[in-house]
Amino acid sequence: MTCRSARSRRARVLSGAALALALLSIAAPASAGTEEPAGDEPASEETINARLIDQRGKQDKPVEGVTVVVEQGGDEIGQAESDADGLAIIPVPGPGKYSVRVDPTTFPKGLGLTDAAQEELPNVQVFAGRPKFVIFGFGERLDTGKTGFERVLNLAASGLRVGLIVAVAAVGLSLVFGTTGLINFAHGELLTFGGVVAWYLSASDGGLGITLVVAGILAVILGAGFGAALERGVWRPLRGRRVGNISLLVVSIGLALFLRNFIQVIFGSSPRPYEQYATQDPWHIGPIDILPKNAIAIVICVVVLVTVALLLLRTRLGTALRAVTDNAELSESSGIDVQRVIMAAWISCGALAALAGVLLGVTQSVDWDMGENFLLLIFAAMIVGGLGSPFGAMVGGMVLGVAFEASTYWVPVDFKKAMYLGALIIVLLVRPQGILGVRERVG
Amino acid sequence: MDFGKIFSDGVREALGVNAAAYALAAIGLNVQYGLTGLLNFGQVGFLLVGAYGTAITVKETGAPLWAGFLVGILAAIGLAAVLGIPTLRLRADYLAIVTIASAEILRVLAGSRHLEGFTGGPFGIRGWAGSFYDLNPFSPGRYGAGKVSFDHNTLWVMTVAWTLVILASVLVWLLKRSPYGRVLRSIREDEDAARSLGKNAYVIKIQSLAVGGVIGALGGMVIAVNFQFTNDDFWLSPFTFLMYTVLIIGGVGSVIGPVLGAMLFWFVYQSLDSLLRQAIHEGVFGDVLTSTDAGPLRLAFVGLTLMLLMIYRPQGIFGNRQEALIDDR
Repeated sequence: MTCRSARSRRARVLSGAALALALLSIAAPASAGTEEPAGDEPASEETINARLIDQRGKQDKPVEGVTVVVEQGGDEIGQAESDADGLAIIPVPGPGKYSVRVDPTTFPKGLGLTDAAQEELPNVQVFAGRPKFVIFGFGERLDTGKTGFERVLNLAASGLRVGLIVAVAAVGLSLVFGTTGLINFAHGELLTFGGVVAWYLSASDGGLGITLVVAGILAVILGAGFGAALERGVWRPLRGRRVGNISLLVVSIGLALFLRNFIQVIFGSSPRPYEQYATQDPWHIGPIDILPKNAIAIVICVVVLVTVALLLLRTRLGTALRAVTDNAELSESSGIDVQRVIMAAWISCGALAALAGVLLGVTQSVDWDMGENFLLLIFAAMIVGGLGSPFGAMVGGMVLGVAFEASTYWVPVDFKKAMYLGALIIVLLVRPQGILGVRERVG
Repeated sequence: MDFGKIFSDGVREALGVNAAAYALAAIGLNVQYGLTGLLNFGQVGFLLVGAYGTAITVKETGAPLWAGFLVGILAAIGLAAVLGIPTLRLRADYLAIVTIASAEILRVLAGSRHLEGFTGGPFGIRGWAGSFYDLNPFSPGRYGAGKVSFDHNTLWVMTVAWTLVILASVLVWLLKRSPYGRVLRSIREDEDAARSLGKNAYVIKIQSLAVGGVIGALGGMVIAVNFQFTNDDFWLSPFTFLMYTVLIIGGVGSVIGPVLGAMLFWFVYQSLDSLLRQAIHEGVFGDVLTSTDAGPLRLAFVGLTLMLLMIYRPQGIFGNRQEALIDDR
């Protein structure tokens, strides 16, 4: 997150070791447990990439010329000096656990580690075939001189942005669930699709170099097409075979695994930001500091959500969508072309998810598992708001986003995910129909 | 291309500790999903509490390892109660979401820096399984035939793990043919009918969740003992999906299915990795793929397999199609 608060920055520094590990996903125990006879394997490509950042200012600056040493069991494996980007890359002989430390004698004058206890990261796990990122934060964190209330307001603003993006994604998921009953675990990959497609369209190196606004619009159109293709190629034929919803749920998990890893092969495993709008000076709106791109993301989400709501309420197709959601058989018997309505739901779902992916890419960065990371939050938004109700999904996304970002003022940031998942569970137990759902929908 | 190596890599993994741990996890799922129809998508949470229950007990209290295992098992029963009592009244697909969310909550808490004194946070807990290896009856050395060999410690873990797999399979076999097993299946087929015959479906579902959870927790302990280490990254949500793949390959509801499913899964999974790495190394794919792509490619293959199996052969190899289609009732 670009407008990450000092507190969450700290959390990222602290749990830096854990973050990149998570990228490896489930392959971890497997690859680590394999006994490979050494020698006939391809040369190892494992490195430890240490990033040294000066977090005194509003924008992080790289720290140059600091020596980073990698050791294993007391033996030095290698060392490197951080370059102009604050990056020190140390090749390591293979997967395993290493200790990484910075040499304080090489620190720039007057600059120390933010947390002196972090001079050595004793337990950095490197997995096969992947660079491992660690972060060293330098400098006293900026004291913004804001009161507690103002900081909560700022957190709430960033929560509003996350919540709105989640709401946009959740509306799509909700439309599909409402019309077909499918709980689509591959929904996250629709977001990733949008983010990645826009990256390839907009990148000047390795992409087409189209300006990001146009690339984003194209990605949304392609996302709509992707949704339509999935409906036509996968879900409609399966419904035709009378495959039940729980089997379809498992199919969607398989599809998610397939798409996500396929995207990783193409896109690679490191996060990449879009080139445009990467660095910006914040706007000061009253007590709230907000990056222009984040403010614009909020506006786009609001406009899109209002438009979707109006379409659902005022157009024939929207009415048909709601009718099918309410009762598919009855709608069919009253002359609504249900297959066409479901196709419309999938097209909207693909487009909305792609838009959410692009906005996440702009406000954070593009990553092969960005959608997966948001999937449970999207589910939570949909369920808290009311399963199958697109308006509920909007409300749910906003409520969860604001409540939990603001709560990080009081609660450690690494509990945030646990908290919204907890909210999801509690809502399911106490009011399974959600905030806006209708009681009888729940069986 | 060295097909001998590809084959022996596959065989090594099919017999290895991972396959045994996956088999245990899938046997547990089979009790819950296969026999009772509970859509538990948080099985990895049971593995997690098994591993952490053991590790924390030994590390914090200095208790012997067997006491740790006992705590791990109790923790799994506790998790089944905490999860099951409020959620088993929910619809099947809701249960899926609650369980996956709960497993993820446990993982987030396990990896949190704020609980580091207790769970080790992201750095995990190590150095608590030594007494397991002290019991190793095998003298140091490598054991095996040809290219498939294991060191004495791995062989020791394998021996215990596969013994657990056999015991769990026998338990499921006995369970399945007992009157209790028939009640489980009747709940899967028609819960209302079972209730109308006076069966307390709610309590029985919690019991099923607990039995499957304990078997899963044993799998978690096997993995943690094998690495003598556990941290939050071992227990990511997609792990549960691999367990489902294993179960569906072998056959939902069948006793031997999860075991052979796990062996076949690891054989294919590892051979594929070996094949891809060799092919990439020899430049078969030119510049299109690099050796880092082998991992995601084989997972993509797993995803495709899961999809196609679920569509075309939901009963897997050994299952019964009628039993395999658990769906909205």
